[in-house]
Amino acid sequence: MNEFLQFLGEPIAQRSLWACAIIGFSNGFVSALVLLRRSSLQIGTLSCALLPGIALSVLLFGLTLMSILLGAVLAGLMVGLGSLFVSRTSRMDHDTALSVLHTTAFAIGYIILIRLGLQQKVDDWLFGNIMSMGDADLWIAYGIGAVAVLSITAFQRPLLITLFDPRAAKAMGCPTRLIHYGVFALIILVLVSSLQAVGSFLTLGLLVAPAATMYLLTDRAQLMFWGGGLIGGLGSVLAFFLSYPLGWHLGATIIVVLGAIFLLAYLFSPKYGLLHRKN
Amino acid sequence: MVEAHDHICWGGGHRHNKAHCLELRGVSAGYGAGQDALADISFRAQCGQRVALIGPNGAGKSTLLNVLAGLLPPRTGQVLWNGSPLHDTPHEIAFMPQRSEVNWAFPITVRQLVEMGRYPVLGNWRSMRQHDRDIVDKSLETLNLQHLQRRQIGALSGGQQQRAFLARALAQEAHILLLDEPFTGLDMPGVESLGQLLHSLSDEGRLVIASHHDLATAPALFDRVLMLNTQLVAAGCMSELLTEENICRTFGRNHRFKP
Repeated sequence: MNEFLQFLGEPIAQRSLWACAIIGFSNGFVSALVLLRRSSLQIGTLSCALLPGIALSVLLFGLTLMSILLGAVLAGLMVGLGSLFVSRTSRMDHDTALSVLHTTAFAIGYIILIRLGLQQKVDDWLFGNIMSMGDADLWIAYGIGAVAVLSITAFQRPLLITLFDPRAAKAMGCPTRLIHYGVFALIILVLVSSLQAVGSFLTLGLLVAPAATMYLLTDRAQLMFWGGGLIGGLGSVLAFFLSYPLGWHLGATIIVVLGAIFLLAYLFSPKYGLLHRKN
Repeated sequence: MVEAHDHICWGGGHRHNKAHCLELRGVSAGYGAGQDALADISFRAQCGQRVALIGPNGAGKSTLLNVLAGLLPPRTGQVLWNGSPLHDTPHEIAFMPQRSEVNWAFPITVRQLVEMGRYPVLGNWRSMRQHDRDIVDKSLETLNLQHLQRRQIGALSGGQQQRAFLARALAQEAHILLLDEPFTGLDMPGVESLGQLLHSLSDEGRLVIASHHDLATAPALFDRVLMLNTQLVAAGCMSELLTEENICRTFGRNHRFKP
């Protein structure tokens, strides 16, 4: 216990605690978008598809934050739009095209990372390493969180109308195209921030579980954003305090804690819980 | 022209000198680089009418609704409302999706759904004022949904779900209601009560346009018909045009008409 308290005094521990809170919050906040679009599996494949983009970008421009961000966005666009293109120009449906493209992309990324001599880093890419985050990373995470909260809050009305009923939204004059691209951009942004924290395999949990939990607790879409943010942030902080004494991997612990919170809501939600549902 | 735009045909029994008029002139439309799904459609309809779009699958019913709703720009031709382009005034058009297309598990209550109808007036940022709340209340009341307004939309019956979407159209104060197969999936009492509702909405001076696949029920539910098979087969009064010959020209020789 003493050892843990001593560890908490270290700057690296404080930095990762903040990182947990912020990344957890902004992912939880944005997770409502993923859920309301009903596109969690697509986002899952997207997060894996980011790997080759980042690896290529590191190969070309060296290991800087900008290159990581750039690579991630390019890979996301290429696989996202590429799969759309393949499905439109062949008899393949979109999910199949996406599956083939993203596994191929992931494999290419893995090969590049090994060839770059980054194999000791591969674990960090796949499962995250919050302890390795520097001050600049933390600032970027703050920035991404602020962009997510501000833009979603500002555009909440047209956003919800578009997510619920895109055709009527367009007929009423909502800027539906802008909103679709904006949502996609926001999801990529928080994906990149959570990549460092929990890695490309586990990021889907952080970007779905908080809103999924709120979905079982409320009928108000507005609450899903703030509630998801709180669940994501508090759950990640709780995971931080659990992981050190237990000796568990932090990124994995975050996902386990969020999964456990989801399970509790699934069982005990006053309205939609398995054990409380009447009639 | 201005006077025609200021008033809302609300309350029923209104008579006004200039009937609001929707006019299509030579409209063709299609998707991507494909063939025209609609070719050279021209017709006129006035507020107070209930128009059924009738035709086989692939005849262009949904395409026509999409063009009217402003979701698909026509390749040629014009869509005019009181003489000016319809899509300059998006608040005049309310679009109701098919029931099977709606995500009924979406976390939204009946009242919030109806409040969405205020978007064309409020825009992205302005907050709801008392006037807007009154209109939402009145729309809920008109469709007898006040007691359900806090329900999540998935917890409603099929008929109630249709009414909730109609209430959104009322809150939008739209003149033109576009409905995509509104009667599909309703039982007989549901069909009858929705039919009466559309009747009272058109009596208030709204123009109701709906795609409809059931020829047997069409004459009781609608007073005008627009028969489509990529091209316009016939448009006008239901009782005059729903003839054996027109039905054959719309659906092909083998179609059996059950009156």
